[in-house]
Amino acid sequence: MQSSPAAWTDQRVESIIANLLRAGVVLAAAVVTLGGIVFLVRHGRSVPPYAVFRGEPFELHTVSGIVQGVLGFRGRSIIQLGLLILIATPVARVAFSAIAFALERDRLYVGITLVVLTVLLFSLAGGHM
Amino acid sequence: MNSFELTVFIGLGALVAGFLGALTGLGGGIVITPLLTLVFGIDIRYAIGAALVSVIATSSGAAAAYVKEGYTNIRIGMFLEIATTVGAVVGASFASRLPASTISIIFGIVLLFSAFASSRPAPPAPRDLGPDRLAGLLKLDSSYPTAQGLQNYHVRGVPAGFSLMFVAGTISGLLGIGAGAMKVIAMDQAMRIPFKVSTTTSNFMIGVTAAASAGVYLQRGYIDPGLAMPVMLGVLLGSLIGAKVLPRARTSLLRVLFGLVVILLAIEMIYHGMTGRI
Repeated sequence: MQSSPAAWTDQRVESIIANLLRAGVVLAAAVVTLGGIVFLVRHGRSVPPYAVFRGEPFELHTVSGIVQGVLGFRGRSIIQLGLLILIATPVARVAFSAIAFALERDRLYVGITLVVLTVLLFSLAGGHM
Repeated sequence: MNSFELTVFIGLGALVAGFLGALTGLGGGIVITPLLTLVFGIDIRYAIGAALVSVIATSSGAAAAYVKEGYTNIRIGMFLEIATTVGAVVGASFASRLPASTISIIFGIVLLFSAFASSRPAPPAPRDLGPDRLAGLLKLDSSYPTAQGLQNYHVRGVPAGFSLMFVAGTISGLLGIGAGAMKVIAMDQAMRIPFKVSTTTSNFMIGVTAAASAGVYLQRGYIDPGLAMPVMLGVLLGSLIGAKVLPRARTSLLRVLFGLVVILLAIEMIYHGMTGRI
């Protein structure tokens, strides 16, 4: 059967969005749990210095740094990867909505959605203002 | 306290916060920052980073359930997300420029506001004032399921709602909270959107709004994995249990008690901010 644009009803889009959100959260939680176990097994007895703010080191606040740490199987980096997946979930939802509006031939909302997506990507790229 | 003990205690605190947040509708993220700063003595910037992460998790989880029920208006959500995401980036940029004591005071005030805003009962369906030109152009009008079948509604006050959403986004980005109470007010008061549509669409928007400031927080080094891990997992698990219990729970007394706890935490945050102890 040929899929027509009419097949992209709001209900179908909403159901895909719901599954996308759920999958993102479940995956993120799983990765964070794994990283948490690795972190606690190795560093559970160290005393964390959270009372004074120093900011996270480079390898924990950039995507390339986090990926490097994950390859070295470092607990804190794996947790951070899970958090990145979590942050990416709403972004993926917006990106998917842009495609869905395009399939519905709703140009106005393709435009609106792309504005939101641009703001999100700007923020993830550093958001310096 | 070593890392293991801290993880367990924070995880349990986050679990209770998520559970009560889901049962009372206030959201668990809102008490996380006071809990981490006042009880565990953690710097407010780390606390806000961890709370923000938990907000994304619960919002995405809950939105998945609501979207299927047919209340959420994805067009209203997407259009207003322009305002909330820009606001969130602005708010997150302020967060690194304001002193911790000022953020603590603002946090307390917003906490008080949220407690009062959430204590109001669900208002009756607003009288339909007919179509509005701007809302029509933006295709915001829709329908939602009621006991009497699908009910159409017309959206009004688009500029006012959009402006309030920018403020809500700024507060969300500044304080690392969902600012759900303020989003609902923008929709059901300014834009005359039915309450059930407002609350579910607000929840749908919270994740995207929080993601917009999370990028900035991550780059600035506010999100510590050792703290965010127990907070995110605890709040998520707690809110899932809360959502399961909710249909059978009698929440009126709980709402009052949790509201009182929130008010006490708010006063503490303001007091600590004013005396510079944060």
